[in-house]
Amino acid sequence: MKGLDFDVAHLLAGGLVLISFMLLYQNRLYALLNVFALQAVVLSLSVAWQAYVQDANHLYVTAAIAFAFKAVIIPLALHRIIAELGIQRDVENVVGVGPTMLAGLALVALSEVVMLRIASEADVLAQEDLAFALSVVLLGMLMMVVRRNAVSMVVGFMSLENGLILAAAGAKGMPLVVEISVAFSVLVALVVIGVFLFRISERFETVDAHALDRFRGDQR
Amino acid sequence: MSAEALFLSGDAALLGLAVAGGVAARKPFAGTLVYGGALAICAAMLVLALVELLGRTNGETLVLPLGLPWIGARFRVDALSAFFLVVINLGGAAASLYGLGAARHEHSPGRVLPFFPAFLAGMNLVLVASDAYTFLLSWEFMSIASWALVMAHHREGDNARAGYVYLVMASFGTFMLLLSFALLASPAGGYAFDAMRAAPPAPAVAGLAFILALIGAGSKAGIVPLHVWLPLAHPAAPSHVSALMSGVMTKVAVYGFVRIVFDLAGPQGWWWSVPVLMVGAGTALLGVLYALMQHDLKRLLAYHTVENIGIIFIGFGLALAFKWFGMPSAAALAMTAALLHTFNHSLFKSLLFFGAGAVLSATGERDMEHLGGLIHNMPRTAFAFLVGCAAISALPPFNGFVSEWLTFQAILLSPELSSWVLKILAPAVGALLALSAALAAACFAKAFGITFLGRARTDSAKHAHETNRFALAAMFVPAALCLAAGVVPGLFIDALSPAVSDAVSGRMPAQAGIAWLSIAPIAESRSSYNGLLVFLFIAISASLAASVIHRFASNALRRAPAWDCGFPDSSPATQYTAESFAQPIRRVFGGLAFVTREHIDMPEPGETRPARFELTLGDRIWDLIYAPLANSVERAAVELNRLQFLTIRQYLSVVFAALITLLVMLASWP
Repeated sequence: MKGLDFDVAHLLAGGLVLISFMLLYQNRLYALLNVFALQAVVLSLSVAWQAYVQDANHLYVTAAIAFAFKAVIIPLALHRIIAELGIQRDVENVVGVGPTMLAGLALVALSEVVMLRIASEADVLAQEDLAFALSVVLLGMLMMVVRRNAVSMVVGFMSLENGLILAAAGAKGMPLVVEISVAFSVLVALVVIGVFLFRISERFETVDAHALDRFRGDQR
Repeated sequence: MSAEALFLSGDAALLGLAVAGGVAARKPFAGTLVYGGALAICAAMLVLALVELLGRTNGETLVLPLGLPWIGARFRVDALSAFFLVVINLGGAAASLYGLGAARHEHSPGRVLPFFPAFLAGMNLVLVASDAYTFLLSWEFMSIASWALVMAHHREGDNARAGYVYLVMASFGTFMLLLSFALLASPAGGYAFDAMRAAPPAPAVAGLAFILALIGAGSKAGIVPLHVWLPLAHPAAPSHVSALMSGVMTKVAVYGFVRIVFDLAGPQGWWWSVPVLMVGAGTALLGVLYALMQHDLKRLLAYHTVENIGIIFIGFGLALAFKWFGMPSAAALAMTAALLHTFNHSLFKSLLFFGAGAVLSATGERDMEHLGGLIHNMPRTAFAFLVGCAAISALPPFNGFVSEWLTFQAILLSPELSSWVLKILAPAVGALLALSAALAAACFAKAFGITFLGRARTDSAKHAHETNRFALAAMFVPAALCLAAGVVPGLFIDALSPAVSDAVSGRMPAQAGIAWLSIAPIAESRSSYNGLLVFLFIAISASLAASVIHRFASNALRRAPAWDCGFPDSSPATQYTAESFAQPIRRVFGGLAFVTREHIDMPEPGETRPARFELTLGDRIWDLIYAPLANSVERAAVELNRLQFLTIRQYLSVVFAALITLLVMLASWP
């Protein structure tokens, strides 16, 4: 692999991880959605670059899907949901920003160590790519754990999906079918979660997931 | 076609019969079809196994492309498995014969017919398997099929609980065997028995595998303290299945122990014999003590299985010791004793369970306190049962005496061992064995006396009628074999010598050439036994005594009311009961083995209520081991139940933490 190809791929994947960190400290919903859209843009750039490097035309389709759905449709839809429901727009973290960022750093270090160990036979690009992808997945999960607001849980879930797509694009010869199905699964998840949010907010007048726990029938 | 292929086609035919039994269970001909088919297949496999045992010494491995992809399923029949195939198929054929008669009385045939042949097939597959995977798969198949049979009458009494306990203990035993095989297999994954033999593990690993095999196979065989399921599960099944489980399935467990400990691991330390001897002696004594306390006929027999397994394991312990100290002929003697007792026990235990089943179907009673006087209504059953009782009590000229005598001969050789621990332990084990043999005789005097002699205690016992001819045939064939093995034991010892030399690489001197069909385990100058002479002596003296009594006493006989001591119309309840028979022994051993509490509730003078005597019997082993275990499992379950009531975010955190933990483990793995 030529030096420039590797550097650009590295830059874009690293950018994804950086934006995951940005997601972690956003405390306003609109800002969160904007950063998420930015992450999707970087993701589609990264996938497109992989398509160029690997000379795999179907990855351009994946990049386009990622851009269309994740950078445009989903953020717009969530904007609309927030506006229509009149959701309170500041986000309450369970854990403070400082400890969250430290935990995120530890997770990135962990995924680097794991990937450098177990994928030592793969080529360098794939190895770095997988390490960054795992970091994005773990940071997405971290976000789902530390946020109390249902919308930001949804965003965390979809940023986790971004990591999966990054990993899929990095692996050579990944069939298009898989990526399309991943994209559609995200869309389905959005629909389901959107409906879910409407229902929650209708019923409980809040999207704080904590409110759900109070209404569980099996509460002891 | 090799013998392995023939055995496998026999198993396949049994499985086909299981399917046919399941499909046609409601049809009137289903019982005849299944039991007749099983009888034919078992008889054919019995002949085949006999040919294998007597003719060829070594089988060749047959590999089928089944099971795990890189192993395949391996099958091989050597002399050891051929011997156990004889035992299993003899028992299976007898049980099928009994089943032919019992099928008409079965009220839920769909719960028995499919599983009976499947159970037989499972046991046969364990014996021909030659790699760990096939072995464990067949073993578990056998357990599940027998569990289904235990649950056949799941609505009666405690049967559902018995099935539950059995399932838990069977899974536990299989798990231990799984670990044992994992230790024996080389790290490269040599799960074939050949590979394990070729690359034996280090002594420490082999020792651990041995302990696990003792626990795993022992829990199936019923060694104390892993026996708790056995007296619950064996009586719960229909009687011919009880006979199969007690007489035959425990022998499959014994086979598993011999295969792993003698063949695959080989003794790798003198201490191996110590736990086997101690467990064997404890099992023999406690088994018979528990049996004495029972008044349920089938449960009494099940506890006796525990006792006999103890005797067999004493033989194995001695064989391990002799083999380790390089005394092949002594090891062969101990091994012959153990294997001969295995064979004998399968004969007389099947016979006794058939007898108990005949009594059960004739009277509807298992409780001895409700029986009595059956010898008048069921003379043939009573005779066959008496033969079984004499054989299991180790009375000459029957077979039980021969194998226990051989075990004692092996114990008498133990002073030649060069280990002080064993020199002291072996005679102590011998003393316990003698005690348990005496107690067994007491126990069967009680079982036969209370059930068949005296007067009927209930109407159902009074109106009993002789059982059907299939059940009688199923009882008289083992009874004849019991006598044959007791009268000409030399033939049987010679027949199983290939199996013995497979296990301990030594053999007893050939017995066929000795004059007058005697057997001499070591040398004729030291000790010998002639079953034929003993039999003739007993037969002649008994018929002389009978003729003398008939000539001089029969004419003087007059029938008078029994126990007519001022009470002209005494009720049958005044007879000696099973409880009263066991009472002296219960008093002696009560503190040791049982938690007994006797409470006498005596009315004050002037009160009109009757006095009451209450007796509670506990099981110390259950209280000490199983009750705390069950309690801790329950406590853990209550603690873990909290996981059901977390919030969404806590669930996500749990998943996240699990993922992170696994990744950290992966990163820090050496």
